[in-house]
Amino acid sequence: MPCLRKVSQHRPRAAGAAPGPVWWVLARQMERMIVSMQDPDMGVKMRNQRLLITVIPHAMTGNDIVEWLIQKYGISEEESLHLGNLIVKHGYIYPLKDPRNLVLRADESPYRFQTPYFWTSTKWPATELDYAIYLAKKNIRKQGDLIEHEKDNYNLLHKRINHTWDFVVMQAREQLRAAKQRRKGDRIVIDCQEQAYWLVNRPPPGAPNVLEQGPERRNCHTTRVQLVSGGYRAHGPVALATSSRCSCRYIKFNEQYVPHDPIMSGCLPSNPWITDDTTYWAMNAPMVPTPTKLRVERWGFNFSELLTDPLGRAQLLDFLKKEFSAENLSFWEACEELRYGEQSRIPEIVDSIYQQFLAPGATRWVNIDSKTMERTLEGIKTPHRYVMDDAQMHIYMLMKKDSYPRFLKSELYRNLLAEAVIPPETKKRVFPFMRKQRHSSPSPALLPPAGDTEDCGGLMLAVT
Amino acid sequence: MATEGLRENETLASLKNEAESLKGKLEEERAKLHDVELHQVAERVEALGQFVMKTRRTLKGHGNKVLCMDWCKDKRRIVSSSQDGKVIVWDSFTTNKEHAVTMPCTWVMACAYAPSGCAIACGGLDNKCSVYPLTFDKNENMAAKKKSVAMHTNYLSACSFTNSDMQILTASGDGTCALWDVESGQLLQSFHGHGADVLCLDLAPSETGNTFVSGGCDKKAMVWDMRSGQCIQSFETHDSDINSVRYYPSGDAFASGSDDATCRLYDLRADREVAIYSKESIIFGASSVDFSLSGRLLFAGYNDYTINVWDVLKGSRVSILFGHENRVSTLRVSPDGTAFCSGSWDHTLRVSVGGSYFGCFFLSFFDCLKRGGEREGCYRKIDDKSD
Repeated sequence: MPCLRKVSQHRPRAAGAAPGPVWWVLARQMERMIVSMQDPDMGVKMRNQRLLITVIPHAMTGNDIVEWLIQKYGISEEESLHLGNLIVKHGYIYPLKDPRNLVLRADESPYRFQTPYFWTSTKWPATELDYAIYLAKKNIRKQGDLIEHEKDNYNLLHKRINHTWDFVVMQAREQLRAAKQRRKGDRIVIDCQEQAYWLVNRPPPGAPNVLEQGPERRNCHTTRVQLVSGGYRAHGPVALATSSRCSCRYIKFNEQYVPHDPIMSGCLPSNPWITDDTTYWAMNAPMVPTPTKLRVERWGFNFSELLTDPLGRAQLLDFLKKEFSAENLSFWEACEELRYGEQSRIPEIVDSIYQQFLAPGATRWVNIDSKTMERTLEGIKTPHRYVMDDAQMHIYMLMKKDSYPRFLKSELYRNLLAEAVIPPETKKRVFPFMRKQRHSSPSPALLPPAGDTEDCGGLMLAVT
Repeated sequence: MATEGLRENETLASLKNEAESLKGKLEEERAKLHDVELHQVAERVEALGQFVMKTRRTLKGHGNKVLCMDWCKDKRRIVSSSQDGKVIVWDSFTTNKEHAVTMPCTWVMACAYAPSGCAIACGGLDNKCSVYPLTFDKNENMAAKKKSVAMHTNYLSACSFTNSDMQILTASGDGTCALWDVESGQLLQSFHGHGADVLCLDLAPSETGNTFVSGGCDKKAMVWDMRSGQCIQSFETHDSDINSVRYYPSGDAFASGSDDATCRLYDLRADREVAIYSKESIIFGASSVDFSLSGRLLFAGYNDYTINVWDVLKGSRVSILFGHENRVSTLRVSPDGTAFCSGSWDHTLRVSVGGSYFGCFFLSFFDCLKRGGEREGCYRKIDDKSD
């Protein structure tokens, strides 16, 4: 494809500044796509396009672009149009008709590939000088009748780089003169190319700036070589599982949880976001008299599910009471309060735990193995957030391996399952024109702090 | 300065070589355990039907780019932050705004809801993370009760409460993560290891573990032990900045979204990347990822204004959602998995739902017709780098 060269100008490439690496990644990808679109055999079909009386070679229709993307990537028309639009917005393809709007239309509108000279990544960043020359050319051609924001920019630049203004005007005149020598078709193309470039690099107010990146990254550079003790030397691979074992775990997890996934399996009676009916939330509130069947079933998946559901945990407590081991759960909760509690209260909480659960003759003494008890009692002398970790883990495993399996087999749990409700499905309205009123709910910030249950005041309770 | 700690027979070069060879050995060991691909095992899992998504709420009120959002545990309230310094708490179900506060800085890139629902945390270019108790008292100025908790030496990119309102975990452009006591503002633990800006973090869901994962501009995802401050595991397979990390619901794995236009799944027990979610037509970076409740679906927001939904097991894309008019910058699935919320540079937040084609009577007949047939490309196998 002929590269229509601008009149040669010896201008050094914009001083130093390279685009941030993040922008480069996208630019590289887009350019690769563009190159494949221009492939003589497999690329977009190109033909001569008629623009009023002028014939422009090597152009394509919007339709061709959309079709090509559909075929090449196996995507829908909607996605193809969306992607094509982004390519145009970034200035890699420009419209010949209505060049001020970088928009892709899926019709016979003519488009052309931007010359690599004008790729944003090639001429980065766009310089004030270049922009001034461009505006000056326009100004001369239109005899001062620039559009609003271009007029403002022109005046601004005139002030800012006033010292080079003679050069600017001279360059502008030179380029305009050289352009007059060209064929009409070439002139139109060069004008469109240039205009597209400036639409991307100096977007008019209100138009999105596709080059905007957000706050700069890579402000700090860790140049010090981190000689951390351990690192790769002391720390062998953590991996002990084969890929097949791991994959099977995903399959199993998927089987268990998909019926509970509202997006995958819907939810009964209905998804509040769809029907505006909040019954689903009311029926699954943290504490309800009758939980749903799905919820009670979930407690049987693993100990974690039972423990993290406030209702499940309350049921567990009831069960443990019957087994005279309720202090285990209370101890565990108290340790959680320590782990996630205020720094200043640590000595106080540690002492409270000791008094209640660990001291000889404590009212709710927990049965920990002697080694762990010894270690813990020693650690308490200098209380810190993690001083109960070993003891807590011991009790957790006790509940998980011992109490939990019995809970699942217990009459208590069986009754819960039997009495659990399956909400009836709300009849779906096929024509949801009449919108149900959306009721507000009290903010958690309004509710009084969760009442103090046995020990720790509901640290883990989810909010309604 | 950079050479402190060297032993007698060591030089920087020799240590670098040793590190490289150890890395190589690690890779060999990992590879030995890699006997089959996830998508191969997943062949026996039933394929998902045609998947449809629809936006059910659009929250308008931010005057500039929305940068971050988080759900409240009540499953309907959210907090969102934007470029102009505004932080808003919404009841997204009714779309009412309940609280609003203006930060003294622009680009509030991080915000989080406290587990109790009684406070929010936020920060950005001010290099800090501040906690605001939520109050309905008309006489009280929310900004007056502000607590300045975290102090970094560069921008705050992410923050999250741990299991209580009293601790906050932060990630920063200064290359570190840190754990703070909210009440006193004391630094409890810091996490050093990333070679560049840390952009995201997520806490592991387990109530026994004490770990979290972070992703950064050094293309690395690192798993940390919160107690010791040590990095336990590290993954470096992305080709560019990692913008978002999120744990798989079981806690055995996590997903990442990167500027290299791919999302990836890393398994913690296999200690490797096990899936890559990409398509030739997707060339814009993924800014934000989250799993559906079962972990079967991965929602990812991209810089090309779209949200793509991936089948986590099979690796294929099941759906794409248009609607936003600028980059999707943040995306979270609601706590009970009934919907997901996306925030965008187009100043809006959208709460959307999804469902299988035949279950979606809520969609109008015409919406269903619009969904043309779409040939879904298969995802790129891990060792096929032919693109």
